[in-house]
Amino acid sequence: MQQLTSFAADYTRYVLKGGTKFYVWMGCLAVLIVGMMYVFYLQNTEGLIVTGMTSQINDGLYLANLVFLVGVAAGAVTIVFPAYVYHHEGMHKVTVLGEMLAISAVLMVFLFVFAHMGRPDRLWHMIPPRGIYSFSSMLGWDVLVLNGYLLLNLVVGFYYLYAKYTGKPVNKKFFMPLVYISIVWALSIHTVTAFLLSNNPARPMWFHSMMPIRFIATAFAAGPCLIILAFLIVRNNTKMWVEDSAISLLTTIVTWCLGIAIFLTLSEVVVELYARTEHANGLYYLMFGLHGLTNLVPWFWSSVVLMISAFVLFLIPAFRNNTKLLPVPCAMAFVGIWIEKGMGLVVPGYIPTPIGEVTEYYPSFVEWLLTIGIWAFGFFVLTILLKGAIGILQGEIKYGGQAAAVK
Amino acid sequence: MSPKENPSADSVKDKPSQCQTQLASADPSAPGITTSRRSFLKAGGALSMSSLMGAAALMGQSGDVEAAIEWAEHFQKNYRLMTPEEKAEARARLERRYSAEYDKKVSVDGTESQPGVLMGYALNIRKCIGCRRCVKACVEENNQSRGSKPGQRIEWIQVLRMERGEFSQDKMDHGYPEGLGIQVGGNAYTPAGQVLEGQYFYEPEAVPEKDATYMPIACMQCEKPPCVKVCPVRTTFREGDGVVVIDYNWCIGCKMCMNACPYWARRFNLTTPVLPKEEMNPVTHYMGNRPRMRGVVEKCHWCLQRTRHSRYPACVEVCPVGARKFGNLLDPESEVSLILARKNVFRLKAEYNTFPKFFYFYD
Repeated sequence: MQQLTSFAADYTRYVLKGGTKFYVWMGCLAVLIVGMMYVFYLQNTEGLIVTGMTSQINDGLYLANLVFLVGVAAGAVTIVFPAYVYHHEGMHKVTVLGEMLAISAVLMVFLFVFAHMGRPDRLWHMIPPRGIYSFSSMLGWDVLVLNGYLLLNLVVGFYYLYAKYTGKPVNKKFFMPLVYISIVWALSIHTVTAFLLSNNPARPMWFHSMMPIRFIATAFAAGPCLIILAFLIVRNNTKMWVEDSAISLLTTIVTWCLGIAIFLTLSEVVVELYARTEHANGLYYLMFGLHGLTNLVPWFWSSVVLMISAFVLFLIPAFRNNTKLLPVPCAMAFVGIWIEKGMGLVVPGYIPTPIGEVTEYYPSFVEWLLTIGIWAFGFFVLTILLKGAIGILQGEIKYGGQAAAVK
Repeated sequence: MSPKENPSADSVKDKPSQCQTQLASADPSAPGITTSRRSFLKAGGALSMSSLMGAAALMGQSGDVEAAIEWAEHFQKNYRLMTPEEKAEARARLERRYSAEYDKKVSVDGTESQPGVLMGYALNIRKCIGCRRCVKACVEENNQSRGSKPGQRIEWIQVLRMERGEFSQDKMDHGYPEGLGIQVGGNAYTPAGQVLEGQYFYEPEAVPEKDATYMPIACMQCEKPPCVKVCPVRTTFREGDGVVVIDYNWCIGCKMCMNACPYWARRFNLTTPVLPKEEMNPVTHYMGNRPRMRGVVEKCHWCLQRTRHSRYPACVEVCPVGARKFGNLLDPESEVSLILARKNVFRLKAEYNTFPKFFYFYD
């Protein structure tokens, strides 16, 4: 118990201290977070009328970011899996960083859930015994698996850090089963999120069984892209060294998941547009516009260009093996997938409406600020979690060390 | 958090004077309200996350509308799980709030479905002239939000204008691929009676128009409603007499039901509904036309406040050409049953297996 309190105290003390760069970064994020809180307040007093959502397009940026971030959270498994199943040396050293990323991504997902709801003050209606949990609702399952995933990553990640901190070996009988469960669980969160959209025959754009695998493929491309970027930043700005072997394995995973994702997108285009039924109207609107309304067309094509050129760049050894150039295709793929799964998937699901009405979606300033604010919150949490984890992995905080210094 | 910590309906009952204060505070110019409400909140002493958020929502809004909401309304259970006493109490609470808000005696009915009744609806699409009187009557009867800003107007009935379309000799060669011989005829692009691409906003000088037919739609009251299946809190459900209803006080506004509905029947209250006092219909039903709040979903419920008392829905009553028929599907002599037995009847989007109890027919 005394070890635990000293862990908490040392950890908190360590993550709160930093250089000017750290405080400037956190300060900027904090400003955005305050902005986010203000517009969230606005949404819950004025109503969602301050957003660009309508009765036709009843979800937009928020659901889009929610779907995307579930993928980022699931993407952490691309570190955990090679580390524990294939015993990859380089990965094993940094696994915990992936878990920290998963934790911050899930927290962002929760904030986007609050953001898109009409009555977040009634969230307790979902929680028994006074609330009702519905097993027939995909949203119910989504909440369940996301909470489970958060819990698993908190336990696995912080137990590992705690063990490092105290210098005791990890209890494998307790630890390994949780690791394996979290690997399967990661797949479940994104599969259920895919079902949330695809189980709606009323929305032909979403209603196909390809969605779960496409979600997984894009998740395992976008997630590791962010992880690679984070690793490169960690390598250049902290004492921690992430091995090349870990980064190159992640690059390989990104490349082929991205390839599969592009293939699935092209398959969908061919299947939908060859017959060109009314059910293809959503995709047609996305690609070319419908009735002269073309808001999403630039989004779609920029996503296609970003994803395909990132894929080509990843295939060129001069790019993928050069850590100076690697961030370029990573950022391109990340943004491309963000568009494809967000504006390119959620919004055209609503256009046209089930009765054929074609309207356009204009995200309002409130929506953009709230979205950016939630991302800022995510990066705020991620910075703290990574800082703490790196401090422990590097042995800068360990049991007894700090206490001795205090004496 | 234990639910017992919540100030429940009982705690309000213990303090009738408090309720009175709140009712009296419906006047926006009264300055003392905020403090009295705040002290009441303190007395409640609930420290859960939800109650804090509820308190924030409560304090965030000034004005008479929110002042009249009683604390217990935030913590009531799902209506279907309430005991008859709790249901009566919830309705009485709403009656007090609505009466204060709209300056008139408002009744909130709770009549349950009757055994032996399965409501059904039939619409003669040959007769419909597209006058949209049903839309107007529905808005007035069911206290929908009206207003000038987009997003404030809510209409449950949509009348789709379908083009009759015309086929012509000179379009014969305009097919795809252009100039390479005819693979798809030019007339293939002529709209005619399409269900998925009708027009929704039409303002003709007179109806019916020569080149159009009309297709009114609203909630189909499905026997297998996809919206009910996806609801994470079971706030929308099918009643015993077949009508799909919503407990507006339990809805969390997640909008999953709006994604699931193939008929685009559901509407979201993007803001606090705009409902002028003098236009408010004071005869309401808990599951039906009682005024809704910001952030919840609503839809057609076949005027439960009328139909549970053997009256026709407002749209049936107002239709000038008698295109709309309503009745009990379990009674073989009812108008709807006779139509099903004798006319050519179809359901909209039958391939979705939602089994609507709203039928279309023609003579």
